[in-house]
Amino acid sequence: MKLTKGKIADLLNEPGCEHNHKKGQQGKNKACTQQAKPGAAQGGCAFDGASIALVPITDAAHLVHGPIACAGNSWGSRGSLSSDATTYKMGFTTDISENDIIFGGEKRLYKGISQIIKRYDPPAIFVYSTCVTALIGDDLDAVCEAATKKFETPIIPVNSPGFVGSKNLGNRLAGESLLDYVVGTAEPEYTTPYDINLIGEYNVAGEVWSVLPLFEKVGIRVLSKITGDATFEEIRYAHRAKLNVMICSKALINMGRKMEERYGIPYIEESFYGVEDMNRCLRNIAQKIGDEALQQRVETVIAEETAKLDIALAPYRARLKDKKMVLYTGGVKSWSVMSAAQDLGMKVVATSTKKSTEEDKAKIKKLLGKDGIALAKGNAKEILRVIAKTKADMLVAGGRNQYTALKARIPFLDINQERHTPYAGYVGLIEMAKEFDRALHSPIWQQVRQPAPWEKVASSPALKDSLP
Amino acid sequence: MTTITRNKKSVAVNPLKQSPPLGAALAFLGLKGIVPLFHGSQGCTAFAKVLLVRHFREAIPLATTAMTEVTTILGGEENIEQAILTLVESAKPDLIGLLTTGLTETRGDDMDAILKSIRQRHPELDYLPIIFVSTPDYKGALQDGYAAAVNSIVATDYGTPVGAIRESPLQQVTILAGSLLSPGDVEEIKEIVEAFGLNPLVIPDLSGSVDGHLDDDYNSKTPGGTSLSQLQQLERSLFTIAIGESMRLGAETLKQKFGTNYQILPRLTGLGAVDKFLWLLAQISSYKTNDNWQFLPQIPEKYQRQRRQLQDAILDTHFYLGGKKVSLALEPDLLYQTSWLLKEMGAEVHTGVTTTKSPILKELPCDKVTIGDLEDLEDIAPGSDLIITNSQGKSLADKLHIPLYRMGYPIYDRLGNGSRCLVGYRGTMQFLFDIGNIFIELGH
Ligand code: SF4
Repeated sequence: MKLTKGKIADLLNEPGCEHNHKKGQQGKNKACTQQAKPGAAQGGCAFDGASIALVPITDAAHLVHGPIACAGNSWGSRGSLSSDATTYKMGFTTDISENDIIFGGEKRLYKGISQIIKRYDPPAIFVYSTCVTALIGDDLDAVCEAATKKFETPIIPVNSPGFVGSKNLGNRLAGESLLDYVVGTAEPEYTTPYDINLIGEYNVAGEVWSVLPLFEKVGIRVLSKITGDATFEEIRYAHRAKLNVMICSKALINMGRKMEERYGIPYIEESFYGVEDMNRCLRNIAQKIGDEALQQRVETVIAEETAKLDIALAPYRARLKDKKMVLYTGGVKSWSVMSAAQDLGMKVVATSTKKSTEEDKAKIKKLLGKDGIALAKGNAKEILRVIAKTKADMLVAGGRNQYTALKARIPFLDINQERHTPYAGYVGLIEMAKEFDRALHSPIWQQVRQPAPWEKVASSPALKDSLP
Repeated sequence: MTTITRNKKSVAVNPLKQSPPLGAALAFLGLKGIVPLFHGSQGCTAFAKVLLVRHFREAIPLATTAMTEVTTILGGEENIEQAILTLVESAKPDLIGLLTTGLTETRGDDMDAILKSIRQRHPELDYLPIIFVSTPDYKGALQDGYAAAVNSIVATDYGTPVGAIRESPLQQVTILAGSLLSPGDVEEIKEIVEAFGLNPLVIPDLSGSVDGHLDDDYNSKTPGGTSLSQLQQLERSLFTIAIGESMRLGAETLKQKFGTNYQILPRLTGLGAVDKFLWLLAQISSYKTNDNWQFLPQIPEKYQRQRRQLQDAILDTHFYLGGKKVSLALEPDLLYQTSWLLKEMGAEVHTGVTTTKSPILKELPCDKVTIGDLEDLEDIAPGSDLIITNSQGKSLADKLHIPLYRMGYPIYDRLGNGSRCLVGYRGTMQFLFDIGNIFIELGH
């Protein structure tokens, strides 16, 4: 895929994304095209986004063409887990030097690819361009094409230099690479009428393992996981699925839409968080691809699971009832976490709508009720202000805000990429309840908020009468 | 003399090094009320931030000029200006630490001219020092960026202090704290210097900003570290002690600028090295109390006692460390400090891998050192009893069934990186116990 202005504009205006469906308005919502603000921006770059979406492919090598900044500061820190290969956890980078910048880095890239093939022989290599190599005009596509022929291994260009945009755009650029170079290049051994793909689920903390058994139980086969705990091979035959299920994410929406266009595969958007959403997800899939029998099995499983869950959750529900949280996370996750929290009887008193689409915002409003605060923008200070104002009991947000909360002596739960606990599916909700309970009822809060005895001026010394 | 080889590979596999801008930002974080500002695209800052946040488990203030494809081609002046104005408004910093990245260096933004014209347009910012350092990602590693930033910090003119703060009762010594030192190390160094009746002016002082402490307010700039008014006092120092060979440039700059003499201490662990440090302090403090340079150096009782404790610890631990083969992958200064200490304990430095060039590499206690990555370490480490590198070495250590001791950046999977102290007599003892315990655990 050549990275052209037109291509990027297309991705930004992705019709599958409701960001671009603002009612009564032509054109697009700011959320996608908005430019980062100097001095205020905090987010990741397009390269970051592309690697979030592709690195979970466990047996592929991921080679970053650029100076040390891009890979050196980030490799090995993604939270996606693998059930088998570990190649994806390795950091590969051309680590270009000043010489490469003067004379061009293509030769170094080609040689780098050859070295990886020789020593690690992965089934595929994803090659990422970055700001510097894009600026000096290295032709990634040409090098990858030549290398693919020479080494008879798919070498896939991902044109995602950081300066073209945000993480979100990077996700989509990754999707384009999969569409152009991977999907449709192999055939599965067999297919069934109940084959689906999961798109946009990255197996953070092993979440996909909480839901795969459910699918299996009702007789839905997950053909390709895109990309959490995926092999390169399984993505190649993703075009044979009957349905694409987009998980909690607008990020790879272009894949859903284009696979519908190219292969006639319909897509639905679902979430695995909370009882309601998990139930709905199973029902919707069954309704789209299933017969009566499958739908029946889904109902049975839902009944079983929710009954079990009610018993398991009862003690937590009692302890969590009416606890208030401020939720600060992007896009779809806001409402899916909100509904999970409400399953537990907790209240979301404020949440972010920064990255949310119009449709998400409507859902959020409904879940928030009339007193809830929708935070359009948010930095650490703003979050703390809202926590103070709403007297919230805790903050639920991405890891980057962890210390915002902790430093303010407020309980915190990590909901994003780097966490270690899976929250998806029915079992995930139990995990989430446990974590909420642990965070809120820890004995530490009293200690870290307690002033030293000598700071309480009013109180008289305890030993006053027993000293001479 | 150690032979230095550079691997001939076209690809770094499991890189050991981090970028120079990350190092520069880290150095800036040791100043109070600063916001480090990356001139580049936003991703570089986000990655650096995530790495530092995970290492220190602290909120870390970093900002970006958020360059895009278009602004890169047009040049970064407008973005830099806007970023500075935005920061002044939102964080009210006392200082800004501006650093370049690979992108803007490749483009070739003329930073001097840009800063000059911003200064001209905004006289209202005259009070605000902007410390500038050039750190292209494609040249060197974290240690180089850190050293370059320290040099810029001491080279920058902060104007004369308001009022006559000059008569502090204590004599002042400048300590240039290299990237081999953690916040806990710096804390220890300050305590030692103060015990000699001297006033340490530490650059940079990470012990006040990322040491892990609770403040009462939320900070969008660094809550502690060396303050602007301290920086204005640099000229007053009697002497500069530079810790880590990479601090030489900064020490030299201070000498040129203020005529302050200096001494480089390439390491601060091990009995001999710490002795040397204390002896130096004793001489400096004796000089201040005594105009005729009558030499009456005094070592505080506390450290004499710690010294005897260390000697005892050396005796106790040598059974476990003697003859052990250790493979290390660390930045040059930290590699030098750690491998010499091991060598002095009777351990053998099996191999060394490092990130960047340094004159000190020639003086390592081993035959060969490779400027390379963790793949190189994986190839040469087999047969050693211990690996010392950052957290990224975990999987190779597991694979080779060799225990791992974590040092350097980043350390994700250990707590207390902000307060851990491995220098001085006390810190050396801690290190020896840590390593000894690893071997006891294994039953060696
Ligand atoms: S912004 Fe550019 S240079 Fe920085 S990490 Fe992203 S791709 Fe690399």
